[in-house]
Amino acid sequence: MILWVVLNLLALGVVAWASERLDSRAPRWVSLAAFALGLAWAALEWQGGPDANGLYAAQSFDWIPRFGIAVILELDGLSLLMVALTMFLGIVAVVSSWDETEHGEGFFQFNILWVMAGVVGVFTALDLFLFFFFWEVMLIPMYFLIAIWGHEEKGYASMKFFLFTQASGLLMLLSILALVFFHYAATGTVTFSYRDLLGASVPESLRPWLMLGFFAAFATKLPAVPVHTWLPDAHTQAPTAGSVILAGILLKTGAYGLIRFAVPLFPEASQDFAWWAMLLGVASILYGGVMAFSQTDFKRLVAYSSIAHMGFVLLGVYAFNEQGMQGAVVTMVAHGFSTAALFMMAGAIQQRLHTREMARMGGLWTHAPRMGTMTLFFVVASVGMPGLGNFVGEFLALLGAFKANWPLTVAATFGIVVAAVYGLYLMQRSFQGEPNPDVAAMPDFGLREMSVMVAMMIALVWVGVYPQPVLDLSAATIRGLGVLP
Amino acid sequence: MELLWLVPALPLAGFLVLFVTEGRLPDKLVAIVGAGTIGAAALVALVVGNAFVGSGQAAFVQPLWTWMAVGGFEADVALHLDSLSLVMMGVITGVGFLIHLYATGYMWRDHEEPQGYSRFFAYMNLFVFAMLMLVLGDSLLVLFLGWEGVGLCSYLLIGFYHRDSANGLAARKAFVVTRVGDTALALGLFLLFWQVGTLQIAEVLERTASLSPGMATVICLLLLGGAVGKSAQLPLQTWLPDAMAGPTPVSALIHAATMVTAGVYLIARLQGLYLASPDAQLAVAVVGLATLFLASCTALAQNDIKRILAYSTMSQIGYMFLALGVGAWSAAIFHLMTHAFFKALLFLSAGSVILALHHEQDIFKMGGLRKKLPVPFWSMAIGSLGLVAFPFTSGFFSKDAILLTAYGSGDLGWLFWFGGVAAAGLTALYTTRMMVVVFWGEGPAHGEPEDRGWANMVLPLVALAALALGGGWLGFAVLDEQLGAMAEFSHFEPVALATTLVPLAAIGLGVLLFGGRVDVRRWVAAGPGAALTRLFGSGWAFDWLYDRAAVRPFVAVARANKNDVVDFVYRIAVAIVRGCHHIGALLQTGRLRWYAANMALGLVVLFLIVVLA
Repeated sequence: MILWVVLNLLALGVVAWASERLDSRAPRWVSLAAFALGLAWAALEWQGGPDANGLYAAQSFDWIPRFGIAVILELDGLSLLMVALTMFLGIVAVVSSWDETEHGEGFFQFNILWVMAGVVGVFTALDLFLFFFFWEVMLIPMYFLIAIWGHEEKGYASMKFFLFTQASGLLMLLSILALVFFHYAATGTVTFSYRDLLGASVPESLRPWLMLGFFAAFATKLPAVPVHTWLPDAHTQAPTAGSVILAGILLKTGAYGLIRFAVPLFPEASQDFAWWAMLLGVASILYGGVMAFSQTDFKRLVAYSSIAHMGFVLLGVYAFNEQGMQGAVVTMVAHGFSTAALFMMAGAIQQRLHTREMARMGGLWTHAPRMGTMTLFFVVASVGMPGLGNFVGEFLALLGAFKANWPLTVAATFGIVVAAVYGLYLMQRSFQGEPNPDVAAMPDFGLREMSVMVAMMIALVWVGVYPQPVLDLSAATIRGLGVLP
Repeated sequence: MELLWLVPALPLAGFLVLFVTEGRLPDKLVAIVGAGTIGAAALVALVVGNAFVGSGQAAFVQPLWTWMAVGGFEADVALHLDSLSLVMMGVITGVGFLIHLYATGYMWRDHEEPQGYSRFFAYMNLFVFAMLMLVLGDSLLVLFLGWEGVGLCSYLLIGFYHRDSANGLAARKAFVVTRVGDTALALGLFLLFWQVGTLQIAEVLERTASLSPGMATVICLLLLGGAVGKSAQLPLQTWLPDAMAGPTPVSALIHAATMVTAGVYLIARLQGLYLASPDAQLAVAVVGLATLFLASCTALAQNDIKRILAYSTMSQIGYMFLALGVGAWSAAIFHLMTHAFFKALLFLSAGSVILALHHEQDIFKMGGLRKKLPVPFWSMAIGSLGLVAFPFTSGFFSKDAILLTAYGSGDLGWLFWFGGVAAAGLTALYTTRMMVVVFWGEGPAHGEPEDRGWANMVLPLVALAALALGGGWLGFAVLDEQLGAMAEFSHFEPVALATTLVPLAAIGLGVLLFGGRVDVRRWVAAGPGAALTRLFGSGWAFDWLYDRAAVRPFVAVARANKNDVVDFVYRIAVAIVRGCHHIGALLQTGRLRWYAANMALGLVVLFLIVVLA
């Protein structure tokens, strides 16, 4: 069934492209339907409950048997959570860019659907070759989204995004091949299957290097300081849907990769590396936060805040305990909502005022109280207010990290002060203060925009007040990794 | 008692109604929802409290749901009622309701945007909800939820008039400074959890015995960090005076009666933990005494009526910290309660004065208002009597309880007592100054003051005046047994007498100084008097210090690095590649002669390499 879901997205992508000939507004409806279907499927699988192995759906058959390459797709709790988030944010992305594109609507929606198909593949593939295949599938359409529909510096930003991802992806490919090779050398069978490779006997001296290959790819995607610099450019230049997908979903593939691959494939090497990884997490939290504060571009500020939030993921994953890991997972989900909403807000403001520069905003609350209220809500969420999802994630991540390494956690905890500084600064510069005389009027959110905003609000309150269903969903996966004490 | 959940749920419902309707309700309905839900919560609290006291239970716990359970960490959302949270709940809903009622009049047509009235009450209701979660939470994590929630509402309400960016700055300052304390609090919770394995308050207190004294001290100091942030004590006190940018009912509710006392509640709630660490307890007392003294001096040099009251609040909370530090737990809560009465009264009557003078807050632009504004005058006078601990007002009992317990509290007791009594003198002095300047003498020519005098504004003043006068007796009723220590006062007869007489003497001194007989202004115009006034006026230059030491360096670093120095590395890499590209491109001239020469040169080099190697 999972393969059909992926193929369905790919096929509907083609349909969306073709449907442009009928009506220029048809493609967005096709996309919307595709994600709604996907979300319904995820909900049904969740409703159905897991089988004896903890899987909600699974599928496997040979693909290129000669090289031990198979199609292995499995949907366990963590995958299900991520796939559901993907589908939900797919809807948000389509709605947020509803009438943003001025040309090539069909190809635009095609690219959105193909990115998401790649993402669903990444979240479910348990064959390393297939995983890498999907990893590349998400890259190209994303490149097009930025390069074609982006803003002023789209060429530079899209190329930068492509090069960073591609270069780090190649390191991962090398690690995958080396892993397969050493497994072949030890057992005589060629396989890319994740489960077979879990215990692969790699020479001890090489393990850290292979682990670093995976880590490089995932940390770049996450992104962690110091390989983060593609993100502010890519986010700022991308069209709204692109930013929503990028921040909401693509960053999470990096986090997911760390949890699913980098750590379980090399448990000891990862444990030895944990201190450095946590240090990078702390650096991301603090550096990303300070950088966010220094920005004057609404979207760029939100982009840097993403780096800070993803630092908590790094910190939590490498704490090597259940609290930390679960904190990372909840942060992934909550950040998906809160940041997608803020990027959508940036897009909505840009569409109305033709600027992202905060110096040209100010006092927007007067014109658009709904947009003000929504911005306030999501800023407050990303500041880490208890009762909203981000708090649960960050609290658990810090709680877990504290046990693993308290000095780094003390430094990381100051990140919540920095978050307050840049979050409230964003609010002040855009919506509060004396109304900017250059802004004569600004239409407020209508029903279309409010409906997705409210949906994300409800999601954040739910994760914040009653996160247990989410925690239960990922708990089985996390315990099954076999790396926690 | 099963209705306990309704107490926080009602304000939350009020918030949700106002939030969802987006200001489309008529203002009268907004007032009914806004103040009505709090009134209903107060009634339910009364019923629940009565049943609780009647049942004779030590504590009543109402579990609601599991918030999160991860590995060995479990936090439930559960409500916990005991005598401490009962007092807090009563103050929050009771005084809260009176302030809401007053605000329905104060905020009427006093906002710059159509939805302002509704937005104001939405925030206020959310605040009451968060504050109730703070004091009713059975787990420190739920307490933290309320803790951050009240901070958020404080931010929203300080910056309520958001068009003036100075208000926005004050709001952000309040939020960020308290967040610094919250960081310490969060770290304290992490450490506590990994030491005792739970954040459920009752279990934490049971397991404190397993903590080493050093560890207990570290945890207590971290929690104290959170408490000083929220309660505006040294060294995180600087946000409170600026917080007066909010509407006056906000100052009364959040920055006098409830939120700022959250730190006191936290320490009182965890008294078992603090008992395990005498060092931390001493730190609490020292922080309290230092703040008490500094803030009282500062209040003496302020001209803005709300800032006087703000510094006064700071110093009164200093008394509560002093009480906690010397182990006078119930005296601290007693003073918290009486302070809520008289300080809310002072703020609300100051609000009436400010409103009547069209938002004038400088006391030297007031004057002679005694006859013109009788209701605010009398209520403010009664509030002042409570504040200066005039015999048999509410403040008298609670302050005496603190000072006399402090006196008997060991080696440093006399010092704490002496500091506290001296500060009580200062309190009486600045209060007298405020009263005399505002209500006596000749006011400058301002328009005729217009007191709204509406029933919904006068009624809360009357009720609070009654509480400020007689609230002390209420304290004996609720905190009865814990205040048994009061009986020991007779041991210190001369001390008790001095404690009572010093404020009275200071009132007399104040009348002499500020009643026009002595020219105080000449003293402070030049020389050491002027320097001292500047020091006090600036709140001991803490703002100046923090601005230089933290704010400016942070902003400078951020500004300087706006273009991200890390990206520079990649830009260099790009530049190198580009450079090679250009060099390579230069070689391609398209001229045959150039290619032939290069080829020949290459052959020669190759030849040489082969020959020489």
